[in-house]
Amino acid sequence: MKAFKKILGLVWIILGPAAMIFMAFQAWDKVSKAEAGIAQTNTALQWGIILLIFIPIAIGLVIFGKYALAGEYDKLPESSEEL
Amino acid sequence: MSSATKPNSIFKVIGASSLGTLIEWYDFYIFGSLATIIGAQLFPADAGASALINTLAIFAAGFIVRPFGALVFGRLGDLIGRKYTFLLTLVLMGGSTFLIGLIPSYSSIGYAAPILVLILRLVQGLALGGEYGGAATYVAEHAPKGKRGFFTSWIQTTATLGLFLSLGIIVLSKNLIGAAAFADWGWRIPFLLSILLVGVSIYIRLKMHESPMFTKLKTEGNISKNPLKESFSKKGNFKMVLLALFGATMGQGVIWYTGQFYAQSFIENTCKIDFNDSRYILLWGIAFATPFFVVFGAWSDRVGRKWIMLTGMLLGIIFYRPIYQLFLDKSDVTTWSTSPLVKKDAPIITRMALHDKGDSLITISSKISLANGASFNSVSIDTVYADSNKMIGHTEIAKDKVLPTATFWLFVGLVFFQILLVTMVYGPIAAFLVELFPTKIRYTSMSLPYHVGNGVFGGLVPFIATLIASFAGSTPLSGLWYPIGIATLSFIIGAVYLSNKTDENVND
Repeated sequence: MKAFKKILGLVWIILGPAAMIFMAFQAWDKVSKAEAGIAQTNTALQWGIILLIFIPIAIGLVIFGKYALAGEYDKLPESSEEL
Repeated sequence: MSSATKPNSIFKVIGASSLGTLIEWYDFYIFGSLATIIGAQLFPADAGASALINTLAIFAAGFIVRPFGALVFGRLGDLIGRKYTFLLTLVLMGGSTFLIGLIPSYSSIGYAAPILVLILRLVQGLALGGEYGGAATYVAEHAPKGKRGFFTSWIQTTATLGLFLSLGIIVLSKNLIGAAAFADWGWRIPFLLSILLVGVSIYIRLKMHESPMFTKLKTEGNISKNPLKESFSKKGNFKMVLLALFGATMGQGVIWYTGQFYAQSFIENTCKIDFNDSRYILLWGIAFATPFFVVFGAWSDRVGRKWIMLTGMLLGIIFYRPIYQLFLDKSDVTTWSTSPLVKKDAPIITRMALHDKGDSLITISSKISLANGASFNSVSIDTVYADSNKMIGHTEIAKDKVLPTATFWLFVGLVFFQILLVTMVYGPIAAFLVELFPTKIRYTSMSLPYHVGNGVFGGLVPFIATLIASFAGSTPLSGLWYPIGIATLSFIIGAVYLSNKTDENVND
């Protein structure tokens, strides 16, 4: 199980940037397809907010994967003193 | 039992905390439920400008300000105490809701109206971000060992009951004064009413004592000097924040928003069910399922939190597509044709000019009533081209469908099942989050994963589901891949990395 947790860690490390690249591509696609003018500004604003909020989450997923790979989750703390 | 809490006073603690949280959810939801009317009254008629402000109000309040509120008020709660912090969030939420009800229309004060709405909506998002962590922490820190899941599950009912209350008050106000008066000025009633509800809740909360665990820490001089730094820069704690987000709240958020919000939107907009029917289906589903928050919260005290939450996610992953396929199949009016026709109203024909060339759109609408109690509007739309005087692009749709009685209750059952899954993932989660973090940084540490999971991952369900449904080759069910995908990811992370062990001692 410990080895499995570590291998999955690699998956999370890859998944973070992959998700961001996919979302950035979607943002570019949707903004460029929107009608020029206020509709395009509105679409850009929506996607800007989404990317802004998802970038730290994707970074969080990479850090989570890094911790998993390093075996930080092999044994979870049982009291606050262990945190 | 914590030393400061007498056995009978725990119910006062739950009552005071739950009532305030319920009112905060009520305040947050009425804006969403009345968005169309607010748009017509307080926003410019220019569709573009209106859409821009709406985007800011919806996206910024839900996705940026909520997690930011979690950080701001979480920090305050760990520094000055739970009681005064979640009193402050209640005052901010109630005050901003009341003030939205007082904003003069766009025709009176121009752009000041939508700007005020935006500012007050951001304050609402900020307050909501701070409320939940405080209420859950406050109750958990009063709860006896072995009953933390049961007692905190009452807090968990408030989000659903807040939605129920908001829908109920809106429907009641509209029926009492009539649709026209409601659209004109009556929409302000639910907002103004909030001040009474908040007033009562503030009065009750003021009489409560600070959490015994926080009081003990403060007396001993052990409160955190910098909760944000301790929560997110200390690896031991930060890794648990990440685990809580990716292994629990992320999946819980999408299950919640799919069961309660996407279901209603799908029934109303994709299945074209009548406005009232779609709300009644949700109201019945909520009414039947809400007690299960407490059932699963209490059960998690015996068998652990992990597998109840993950089972809720797994059942959503397995059953969402069959459930929504059934919604589509059973709302298809061609399957109702076995019931005899009772009445077909005279068709109403409207003609709308499309542009300068003289082309026009002809809509023929006729209400059809069947013997099994069902009815629908049969609408055919044709485009007439002036140069050829030919009708091209004929479209026929059925909308405003009132379901046959048996199908109506089937829909209630399907929504009930989805909300049952919400109760599985959401009922035990407050106790789960509280047990993950130490008292001195608990408010800060649990608030962020909760609001990122619910506000961002859950709140984006309608947007991303609609986006996926717009892809080439997609079907009406394609949007479900977002909640299914996120719930699957969260299920795998939760199953592999989370522990099912319940931490008996949260007094550390």
